[in-house]
Amino acid sequence: MDNDLILLGHGSGGRLSHQLLEELIIPTLSGMPPSGLNDAAILEHEGVRLAFTTDSYVVDPIFFPGGNIGDLAINGTINDLAMVGAMPRAISVGLILEEGFSKRELGEILRSMREAADRAGVAIVAGDTKVVPRGKADRIFINTSGIGTIRRGLEISGANARVGDRIIINGAIGDHGIAVMAKREGLELETEIRSDCAPLNGIVEDILSGGEDVHVLRDPTRGGVATTLKEIAIQSDVSITLNEASLPINGAVRGVCAVLGLDPLYVANEGKVLVFAPPETTDGILERMRRHPLGTGSAVIGEVTSRGGGKVRMETVVGGMRAVEMLSGEQLPRIC
Amino acid sequence: MNSAFFQEFRDRDLVRGLAESVRRLTGGRGKPMTFMEVCGTHTMSIYQYGIRSLLPPEVRLISGPGCPVCVTPVGFMDRAIACARLPGTIVATFGDMMRVPGSSSSLLEERAKGADIRIVYSPLDALALAAKNPGKRVVFPGVGFETTAPAVAATIMSALSRGISNFFVLCAHKTIPVPMRILSSDPELGIDGFICPAHVSAIIGAGAFRFLAREHGVPCVVTGFEPADIMRGVEMLARQVSEGRATVENEYSRFVSEGGNARAKDLLARVFVPADTQWRGLGVIPESGLEIREEYREFDAEKTLPLEVEEPREPEGCLCGEVLKGKIAPAACPLFAAACTPEQPVGACMVSSEGSCAAAYKYGQ
Repeated sequence: MDNDLILLGHGSGGRLSHQLLEELIIPTLSGMPPSGLNDAAILEHEGVRLAFTTDSYVVDPIFFPGGNIGDLAINGTINDLAMVGAMPRAISVGLILEEGFSKRELGEILRSMREAADRAGVAIVAGDTKVVPRGKADRIFINTSGIGTIRRGLEISGANARVGDRIIINGAIGDHGIAVMAKREGLELETEIRSDCAPLNGIVEDILSGGEDVHVLRDPTRGGVATTLKEIAIQSDVSITLNEASLPINGAVRGVCAVLGLDPLYVANEGKVLVFAPPETTDGILERMRRHPLGTGSAVIGEVTSRGGGKVRMETVVGGMRAVEMLSGEQLPRIC
Repeated sequence: MNSAFFQEFRDRDLVRGLAESVRRLTGGRGKPMTFMEVCGTHTMSIYQYGIRSLLPPEVRLISGPGCPVCVTPVGFMDRAIACARLPGTIVATFGDMMRVPGSSSSLLEERAKGADIRIVYSPLDALALAAKNPGKRVVFPGVGFETTAPAVAATIMSALSRGISNFFVLCAHKTIPVPMRILSSDPELGIDGFICPAHVSAIIGAGAFRFLAREHGVPCVVTGFEPADIMRGVEMLARQVSEGRATVENEYSRFVSEGGNARAKDLLARVFVPADTQWRGLGVIPESGLEIREEYREFDAEKTLPLEVEEPREPEGCLCGEVLKGKIAPAACPLFAAACTPEQPVGACMVSSEGSCAAAYKYGQ
């Protein structure tokens, strides 16, 4: 086998992506980055704590039920900032356009970017546009970077999960990945599945507003809830037990997954946050989350059961136990 | 799709009650009962729901050769790769085939190097692709058992009636009852009962397994894929064994009849003819494959395309064959989770979503 080739799986967010990061990208660029593999880096500057992040968007199709590549690119970066507890302040936008792309569609995408930024209360402050010859890119790719500010004393990181922490999610999983795939593959569904693409800074503010200890926030995007929890288990050196019966999953998503042999635990989300917090704080946090429009379906889905191991296990709906591993290979390419 | 429909087959108390019944039937017997689930979808379900953790130690579930991708030999992958390398050719394949290693490459690698390989969910999608690209050849690697073969047969007939001449099938379809006969008489395996493949049974009927009970004295149960189906199937097998009976029982009557699907069987008979075929791990098994009939030979990639294929080389150290025969559990292969992972699979069983090694890696470690 030829090990020199970059495969689509290297961009899946799963195990191959991690290998590429750990074996090539991180050691060549920086050693261990200040982001410590969190969604955003935290930088101290003259007494101000800043969060800084960047993300590129190549989703296909560019328009899908519930959103398009534009609001996805804004929300994704806002969410990466929110996941370290930062208040998003400013965003930059880099556009790579394919020769022959439509100005009308570009206009529509830009308008949704503006609306998404307004909704989250963030300014788009800088940008760049490049055009490449036809066939050298697929219509439009977008990069966004974002800066946010972090309150003193707030320490949220994928490395902070503690034994006893309850794991909360703000609603049903798998909607984004299945919405994009259904559109791309032309699946005709009785009920349209819409992407959950949304800015999470508002609900994160509500989560943090009670002043309780929150240890980890993480948005389960590519690789889904399973991969994200496994990352956190490794990063915090703890073991996690999930309860399958309590996982919120919409019926239509469950149905498509059953038919196509996909596991919703591995399907991407773009408007979901996993919250790790001590058991005594769960009720208060859950109550505030459920009051937020993006959190009406919030539920406790598992807990941190022991130190060490880096394992995720799941009690299945019928009471069996099984392991949960990271996504391997490409379940659904170009989902964001 | 109505998800409430699934719920009754995922009822915790029902499954626990059945497991308790299995415990009573197998307890105090002195030696364990060994049941083989032939179908890869059952294997996946057993791992996914943690069924083994609910069963008493007196029940051994072993996985059989029913994962279509897994039993496809290296030489077939080499021919699929050779198709992808032909100029002006699109290979339209089920996604599972992408990562299966050939002798020195895979379809995934060929795509990364520039070959035009598309993932489709049905052979009809491949035919549509051919209709849309009249200047190109579209090759569909036809793998799978009696379940996928009728759709391929229908697609070939449709290509003929629509006059689409740039569509080809690289055919490796297989039938499942013959290898089950071979496995049932293997003394090393000591199979006490078969969980028969459910989708296959929907096509060929529960009756197709009667010879196994009659001639080989092996209890058989046709059962579905939900956890309560599987647990009920195990319970029915344990009951047959403890009562000294061997017959074919159908737990899955909501989808499977005694005679099967007449229309699908007719399609199979019209387009295919039984042929000897090679199985990974099991070797050549007489009359266990499906070959495209002479009258449809223009669609047979094997007979019409100039395929240059290297001498197939089995990966060194890979024990897929032993895993497929149920002789060892995936973790007993020295390559498992070390040299062979889903990212860099050595053998096919680590690739397919229905492969025992992939299931053990994903759910079992």
